Amino acid sequence: MKQTTGKAWLSAIAATVSMICAASAQAADTIKVGVLHSLSGTMAISETTLKDTVLMLIDEQNKKGGVLGKQLEAVVVDPASNWPLFAEKAEQLLVKDKVAVTFGCWTSVSRKSVLPVFEKNNGLLFYPVQYEGEESSKNVFYTGAAPNQQAIPAVDYLMNDIGVKRWVLEGTDYVYPRTTNKILEAYLKSKGVKAEDISTNYTPFGYSDWQRRVADIKKFGSAGKKTAVVSTINGDANVPFYKELGNQKISAEDIPVVAFSVGEEELSGIDTKPLVGHLAAWNYFMSVDAPANKAFIKKWQTFTKNPKRVTNDPMEAHVIGFNMWVKAVEKAKTTDVNKVADAMIGIEVPNLTGGTAKMLPNHHLTKPVLIGEVRADGQFDTVWQTKGLVPGDAWSDFLPGSKDIEADWVTLKCGNYNTQTKKCSGQKYE
Amino acid sequence: MEYRSRVPLQAVLLVLLTVFGVNRACSAEAQPDLGTVVAGLATTNFKDKQAAVDRLVQLRSDSARAVLAAMLDGNLYFRREDNKVFIATAGDTTLALTDPVTAKAAGTGNPDDFSKITTNNSLRKILKSALAGFALSDPDARVRLAAVNEMLRSMDGDNAAILRERLKTETDGEVKKALEAGLALADLEDTDPEKRLAAIKQLESSLSPDVYNRLTTLTTRNDDGTYVEPDERVRVAAVKGVSYIDSWRRFYASIETLFFGLSLGSVLVLAAIGLAITFGVMGVINMAHGELMMLGAYTTYVIQQAMPAQIGLSVLIAIPLAFLVSGAVGVLIERGVVRFLYGRPLETLLATFGISLILQQIVRDVFTANNRPVETPAWMAGSWQINEALSITYNRLYVVLFMMLVFGILLVVLNKTSLGLKVRAVAQNRSMAKAMGVRTEWVDALTFGLGSGIAGVAGVALSQLTNVGPNLGQQYIIDSFMVVVFGGVANLWGTLIGGMSLGVVNQVLEPFAGAVLAKIFVLIALILFIQRRPRGLFPQKGRAAEG
Repeated sequence: MKQTTGKAWLSAIAATVSMICAASAQAADTIKVGVLHSLSGTMAISETTLKDTVLMLIDEQNKKGGVLGKQLEAVVVDPASNWPLFAEKAEQLLVKDKVAVTFGCWTSVSRKSVLPVFEKNNGLLFYPVQYEGEESSKNVFYTGAAPNQQAIPAVDYLMNDIGVKRWVLEGTDYVYPRTTNKILEAYLKSKGVKAEDISTNYTPFGYSDWQRRVADIKKFGSAGKKTAVVSTINGDANVPFYKELGNQKISAEDIPVVAFSVGEEELSGIDTKPLVGHLAAWNYFMSVDAPANKAFIKKWQTFTKNPKRVTNDPMEAHVIGFNMWVKAVEKAKTTDVNKVADAMIGIEVPNLTGGTAKMLPNHHLTKPVLIGEVRADGQFDTVWQTKGLVPGDAWSDFLPGSKDIEADWVTLKCGNYNTQTKKCSGQKYE
Repeated sequence: MEYRSRVPLQAVLLVLLTVFGVNRACSAEAQPDLGTVVAGLATTNFKDKQAAVDRLVQLRSDSARAVLAAMLDGNLYFRREDNKVFIATAGDTTLALTDPVTAKAAGTGNPDDFSKITTNNSLRKILKSALAGFALSDPDARVRLAAVNEMLRSMDGDNAAILRERLKTETDGEVKKALEAGLALADLEDTDPEKRLAAIKQLESSLSPDVYNRLTTLTTRNDDGTYVEPDERVRVAAVKGVSYIDSWRRFYASIETLFFGLSLGSVLVLAAIGLAITFGVMGVINMAHGELMMLGAYTTYVIQQAMPAQIGLSVLIAIPLAFLVSGAVGVLIERGVVRFLYGRPLETLLATFGISLILQQIVRDVFTANNRPVETPAWMAGSWQINEALSITYNRLYVVLFMMLVFGILLVVLNKTSLGLKVRAVAQNRSMAKAMGVRTEWVDALTFGLGSGIAGVAGVALSQLTNVGPNLGQQYIIDSFMVVVFGGVANLWGTLIGGMSLGVVNQVLEPFAGAVLAKIFVLIALILFIQRRPRGLFPQKGRAAEG
């Protein structure tokens, strides 16, 4: 009896092994695409949509005949808003599944967590979210906005068009808000704003007891100068924050809140009537009236079988990134990471809102900057936009340690070249 | 003769023509017709729109008012091919058009051919103020008061003139007071220093933020070092006014902090009170307590989905249902797992932790991992404006009241009912209670169910304050244990006082330390406190406590 069990086990193992072999043999005919987005936890509100976007893009590309004559195969993993788990799942994608490219991450802390994994295993990551900059890795393409493509223009708009003199920098406590606020503080001070007119505050992920903070903002805003809140609050903490703003009757006409992480998707879960007029700065709005955008929205709503489903900025970043990767692979005629990365530079892909996104040597894009006001239906009305496209700057010009650093993967072949010491330090600027 | 007779005729004709012509030119100058002004709105440039709105406001006609109102509501569109402006209401697939000049229906249109005339914050402010100007003559005094307050927000020469005119005919006392305060505010901009001084005198006792803003501005310096207010006396009066308002504002701010503390404390007490029963009375370390709250919150969501038209009612119905759902799950947990583990706290902890993970995963599978939107009933939104310096948000106020209600009911149940008597008897001396004929097993299950049900009720309250997601419970489990341990186990009053004081201390510290540090300080203080008094604020006395 015991022997038969042992034999049964052996044969089962053999069967499994042969199945795995068969699977990998089959895998040779497909190109694997990793999808590394949180499908649970505090970031799921934002990231689930991005997973669906990549799946839709892969589906669409496969219908067109795939890439290099091969079908694309998505490998979806769930890092569950758990930053160390991101690194583990990235390792799994690169080492076990051997994906050709990965689309993933939302928060900067998750990106920082997977960065060493991608560099060690020479993977390729497309990061679709606006972020704090101060980074340029050979293995990462940043398809979201750098600070000079979102935060700085938004502050300029408030300062010049609205006449804001007093600033509340409100953020979630992690690397993106802290670095962005550092850049903004330096920028505001360079424009003559005094230290007492800036109030900075951080709260943890998933924070919900906003009564005290919102009351403080109200008080800070009643000092005789036009006040605005620059919000880098991330994830679901935004919902109770905006609810509290509504409850304490802070209207956008008195103290506007400009958010860098709140888009159509985040607003779709809340009652937006009290929020009308609050601002967001992005490079894409669903409401932009452009043929490419309309076609994309239609495709997305058909794919998700939900005629009310919204689109947002990081989705556009994935669309641009994905199309660029396909073009680069076709240009390089291989999915080899080094060759594709070289082919990526200079590739142009149309934006959904008009204009063309171009991949720059520093692995960032050229983007239009739009500022929108929240409408009662949870969409944005564009109230301001840059004249042309803004090229992304990896290293901010407003931080003392960062303004001499340059990223160029074509001539310098370096992500952090110091123009003063003429050295590629090979170290990350913190 | 012939000659003379012709001259007057010519002259008359000339005069007539001139008068007529000039007259026409005059009327065109002063009163441009609605059509041309409205046509100016058909642009995407906000500066041009603002100019057109300003001209529209000057018209002061009812049709102009209708156009302004439509614009504010986002019901104003222009046709792309000929830039013609329409008031339109959006149907499912078409726009029902109305001509803004004739106010007659103009058929329907395809939304793709039209662009909405959008507004931004500054335009909306102008529009609201202009519409308020129209509402000043409304027969309802409340409408007039709202209109006056709206106009005060964007005070300029035009608005001041309109308000002054209104003051002459206004009869309602409250509206009159608002008008006078507003005009005094406008007088602060007057070129005559005497007038400014008088205005400050009049505003002295006002706590309104507008007054505070204006007075503060008067005390500041321009960029070149000169004072904004050139007159010394006015400046001194303004400084005095600011410090007066400041002292009152500080007083009200401390009341506000106290209220914030009490409301946070109420949330803590609500979260902990169920645990005070399961952990405090029964001694079971129930790690799934947070998930029982989560179930209560999801119950609210399900009820709302079932009755989308009755949001207010659905929350009320959710309270007893959440009690039943969480209570039933609690009884299941007790009968299925916990009863085999009495007296083995470590194993109970691990087992209930496992249950909490199972419950979370079930919710994830049923409702997806995304947060579910739970709507807030209208009567819970907004805030209660006590005076100009103090307002209290309704949702927090209701949470405080709700907590007191739940606490009161629980006290009655434990102290005045036979179930309560048995629960206390079993908690104090199990074998003696058994000897007296109490079915201890049955009491255990019911007690656990009661504690769990209260957790579910707390979940209903939390659904109004925070995001409803699978992780809801985890955020509150540590706080709940903290409150129960601090207050002293087996004592409901301890939980109440403990939760309230933790809430207040947290809110007092938060402005100085920030949300994260404040919490750390509270935790450290709590650890030190427990070192000194291991049994918490209100330790159980007597022999039972020693056993």
